[in-house]
Amino acid sequence: MDMAVSNHAATGNHGDGSIAVPADARPLAIEARGLVKSFDGTRAVDGVDISVPEGAIYGILGPNGAGKTTTLRMLLGIIDPDEGVRRVFGHDRPHDIGRLIGYLPEERGLYPAMKCIEAIAFMGALRGLPLKEGRARAVELLERHGLGHAADRQIRQLSKGMAQTVQLLGTLVHKPRLVVLDEPFSGLDAINQGKLELMIRALADDGVTVIFSTHVIHHAERLCEGVAIIAGGKVPYAGSVEAARDRIPAQVRLETRAREGAWLEFLPAETRRNGDFFQFPLPATGIEPLLKGLIEGEAGILSLSIERAGLHDAFVAIAGEAAARQLQADSEGAAR
Amino acid sequence: MSEPKSDSGIRPRLSALEAAWVIARRDFVAVLFSRAFLFFLLGPLFPVIVGGLAGSIGGEVQREAVSLEVGLAMTPQENAAMIAAGERLSGQLGGALPDLRAVPEAASDPAFNARAFMEARRGNYAAIMTGTLAEPTLVGTQGQLRRWKGPIGLVAAEATSAEPASFPPVSTEVVTTSAASERTTRIQTAQIAQMLLFLLTMLLAGMVLSNLVEEKANKIIEILAAAIPMDAVFMGKLFAMLAVSFVGIAVWGTVAWGLFALGGDAITQVTGFNIANLPAPAVGWPLFVALGVVYFAMAYLLLGALFLTIGSMASSVREVQTLSMPVTMMQLMVFFLAAYTIKQPGSALELAAIAFPLSSPFAMLARAAMEPEVWTHVVALAWQAVAVVALVKGGSLLFRKRVMKSGGAGRDKSRKNARFAA
Repeated sequence: MDMAVSNHAATGNHGDGSIAVPADARPLAIEARGLVKSFDGTRAVDGVDISVPEGAIYGILGPNGAGKTTTLRMLLGIIDPDEGVRRVFGHDRPHDIGRLIGYLPEERGLYPAMKCIEAIAFMGALRGLPLKEGRARAVELLERHGLGHAADRQIRQLSKGMAQTVQLLGTLVHKPRLVVLDEPFSGLDAINQGKLELMIRALADDGVTVIFSTHVIHHAERLCEGVAIIAGGKVPYAGSVEAARDRIPAQVRLETRAREGAWLEFLPAETRRNGDFFQFPLPATGIEPLLKGLIEGEAGILSLSIERAGLHDAFVAIAGEAAARQLQADSEGAAR
Repeated sequence: MSEPKSDSGIRPRLSALEAAWVIARRDFVAVLFSRAFLFFLLGPLFPVIVGGLAGSIGGEVQREAVSLEVGLAMTPQENAAMIAAGERLSGQLGGALPDLRAVPEAASDPAFNARAFMEARRGNYAAIMTGTLAEPTLVGTQGQLRRWKGPIGLVAAEATSAEPASFPPVSTEVVTTSAASERTTRIQTAQIAQMLLFLLTMLLAGMVLSNLVEEKANKIIEILAAAIPMDAVFMGKLFAMLAVSFVGIAVWGTVAWGLFALGGDAITQVTGFNIANLPAPAVGWPLFVALGVVYFAMAYLLLGALFLTIGSMASSVREVQTLSMPVTMMQLMVFFLAAYTIKQPGSALELAAIAFPLSSPFAMLARAAMEPEVWTHVVALAWQAVAVVALVKGGSLLFRKRVMKSGGAGRDKSRKNARFAA
């Protein structure tokens, strides 16, 4: 499968500028080409291409201010791109198929005086669901998510976590085929983050396409088939999580009894010493020649492990140290 | 590209009208059942109620203080003759004659002293007639004597005459009005209608100014903007507030009608204003009232669309309050322009007031009072409707461009941190 988000100017998956074609031939829920958006002369989004197949869980990964929200807003038709085209389920105007889309914005918002049941039904009504049906579904959803007791409570009477859940249920009440979640995990405690992950998986199991933005890599790594790494309005990488990780060679971690010896010549030039351990990327020639050299050189192998690179390592390698540091800071800030 | 289907065969999108209806329904219910609206409704009623009560009490006091009764303290036969003569003359003289009443105390007391009776402030007579029909004496204060001396003499003469006076029939020929007087009187109607329209729009359109602040403060605006077109949001909000305004007008109108029904005479006496005497407008009352309602709606929608746009740029109630002053000034200028042109029908200035959308409803309502043509109203209403749509479209476009551009919905984050606008 190839879920591509690329940047015209940047090094994307498709250096030749060709449009990504999903290898698994799944129809596309979202397809965008060359999206550009400037604010006050500054390019917030600078030529983004996105192709997300139906039924996928897709992450847009980047630090705060990278252009994630602006990209999502253009995809949803909240704002129009200065350049480029977007299609959602084949429609140029996302509002034309509003019934099929659910959106949870980064900044949560509900009418404080509304009752939970009415808030959910209202959000459904915005997407074309009749109020009566919306209320019935709201009751069902609230019961299913342990908030049945709060159905008639006003939003202002709920805890922050409960209010966020109510808003999420309002996003889903009309049974959309595409769910777009902007930083859905922010502000949730660990338990609710886990619940949200389960909900996202359940949606995907039902064939719903889920796109979410996050600056917490672990969520994307656990959930997503594909990710787009976005930094400074550009997309240096888009594709599957596996492919991103494969961009970084696996890391070898070696512990030996001997400290010196001719066997050291067999270690790659990039080797770093970390206490009793040697760390280096897995050589392109594979592990066997290295093992042979270590054994013949009597290195005395105590332990040797080959670890596949994580998405975080891939992010560092792709977006650069600065973006990675900012992402880390955002993530820690959110956790606090 | 596949065409996905919604789960229950529902159309994949709401029409603009349906979307506006969803917004309007929520806003209407939310505003109508809020405590703030109750206070808003009561606000203008306080001066009206206080004024009405004051007028009613004042009228009652005045009615009691300024009595039109003249007591009769003569023999029963003479009293009866006076009353009969008064009734005969009232057909000719109407309100110029006093109400004649026999003084009961005089009938039961042969030594009745009218002067002492009056000085003792007994009864409620403007004056008391004593003596005989041939030589009547009127007892009262200087002012009352001056007022009633002549009429009492006239009634006494009628009472003493052998035969009732015969009055020759006066044939009448009605002239509806001259051109000059018709115009003059209709100007009064036009002015009052314009003033009423202005007061209502001024009072009610201000509500729209802060209408989007709640959505922005509560971060709901992005949910609305993602689900439906922004102009549908604007339109829904405008019509919701218009409907709320009609509720307000209905409440105030009912109270005003009740006050007039209860104390109309007193109000007329105190204020000198009698709605029944208001000159009929050129298009007739029914059409004039209908046009008044439609022009109010147009004035409200036009001003509301402008207010909504201006208010949507504000991020807090404080900013809205700051904006309200220039907006009020603008309202006043628009009103003055329309009011100034009442006396210049057909002039370039009046045409300008009609063409300028914000003053058009005011100018046209005045025209409805002055000129009988109806087609001009059809054209003006069409023009005003176009202006409403243009203002809503422009406002929503501006809103999307200026407000929905940063990560924090409604916050102008990009301005202070443009490098990281996300």
